[in-house]
Amino acid sequence: MTTLTTSANDAPAVDAPTSTGSRSTRILGILILVGSAIGAYLGLVTSDADRIQKDAVRLFYVHVPVVSLMYIPVILCSVASIMWLRKRTDGWDALASSSAEVAAVFVGLGLVTGALWGEITWGTYWTWDARLTSTALLFLLLLGYLALRRYPAEPAARARVSAVVGILLVPNAILVHYSVSWWRSLHQDATRGFDTTMDGNQLSTYAVAQGVFVLILVWLSIHAYRNAWLALRAERGDLDLAIARRMADDDPTGGI
Amino acid sequence: MLADARLIAAKDLRIELRSKVGLGQMVPFAVLLLVLFGLALDPDSGVLSRATPGLYWIAVLFSGLLAVQRAFAVEAAPGVAEALRLSGVDPAGYFLGKFAAVAAQLVVLQMVLVVGVVVLYGADLDGPLLLLATATAATVAIAAAGTLYGVLAAGLRVRDTLVPLLLLPALAPVLLGATRASEAALDGGLGDGWGWCGLLAAFGVLYVGFGLLFFGTLLEET
Repeated sequence: MTTLTTSANDAPAVDAPTSTGSRSTRILGILILVGSAIGAYLGLVTSDADRIQKDAVRLFYVHVPVVSLMYIPVILCSVASIMWLRKRTDGWDALASSSAEVAAVFVGLGLVTGALWGEITWGTYWTWDARLTSTALLFLLLLGYLALRRYPAEPAARARVSAVVGILLVPNAILVHYSVSWWRSLHQDATRGFDTTMDGNQLSTYAVAQGVFVLILVWLSIHAYRNAWLALRAERGDLDLAIARRMADDDPTGGI
Repeated sequence: MLADARLIAAKDLRIELRSKVGLGQMVPFAVLLLVLFGLALDPDSGVLSRATPGLYWIAVLFSGLLAVQRAFAVEAAPGVAEALRLSGVDPAGYFLGKFAAVAAQLVVLQMVLVVGVVVLYGADLDGPLLLLATATAATVAIAAAGTLYGVLAAGLRVRDTLVPLLLLPALAPVLLGATRASEAALDGGLGDGWGWCGLLAAFGVLYVGFGLLFFGTLLEET
């Protein structure tokens, strides 16, 4: 894929690339595949089972990296939304849209792996724990934002409305987190702590897993961004093409 | 700005007074919710009286959604948005006016609902000062967030489905705060009641401020 530009009308849609892959993302993808294989081997075979949690501790290597990264794309979405309001360029709109998608994937994955882990260690998929509850609400906030983005409307109107809702994502998440923590702390400890001392091979396995998930976040974000960008271009390009045809009057319906 | 706000609020409330669509449907809907909660949760088991604050605020939230949607449905007719833009009304004033009209309807709604929970659920209104403060702060919060998200519906011509999905998760802290504060008041011991009230006030201030800042953006011509 060639370099991306951020102006709206400099190329017709027909020139748009048909793939979101590039040499660098392919190298990144291969790194992720190799890293995942190494991580799976370390996590499932060589690392020791925990003294208290037994094999369930292996979920740690997936769950913790995911939840430790999930706020990054949420914040990115809000920042991109602010930048869109300042600059009004498609690039920021595409960044806001794509980071919300990646955020939903990470938050959803965090919830699922957390629920599985909870079933094994706490004996229940769900408790009204502060972190679980506020993460679930964050997931719902993201779903609402993505539903708004999916709504068929003019790109400019959608970008404007999405930007305002996107900026509110971070304050909403903070308010939700704060209120839920306060609520639950009246009844029980905010989170159930574990003895977090890890021995050497657990620590190194975790380090590999964390690294792989960082790469996955980057890889997903790049593809999601390019995808959002192409979707925007296709939307605009089709319209421009239709207008051009209508102007030339070779097709009175404008090809629609 | 304030003159514009007064103009818009007076217009909206006049429409509601004359058409009676909002209150004529919103208030009966809220009472219906109270009755349905009574059917769902056995009144004899004591669950109903323990859950009264939560049920009350859920009823306010859901009925408030109707008020928000109604507030922007009256302006969905073709040409109204353009006419508003041409009239030179200050966007911040427009936001404040809409907000005030929705808040006024929520106040009327809550007056009926309070009578409803006292009569139907046998609630004792202890701690009136805290209850009043909670109701005020929560009304401001719901009306401000509702107005902000409600105008999206007008801008995108989305009607009934998207606004609840956006608004309700954002209002989760308000539901939580209002319920805890009311519980504290009804329990007699004020506990964390005033703290929750402060959270509601902070939420309200954030959304009113945000509305004043960004309403213009939401109303822009595409």
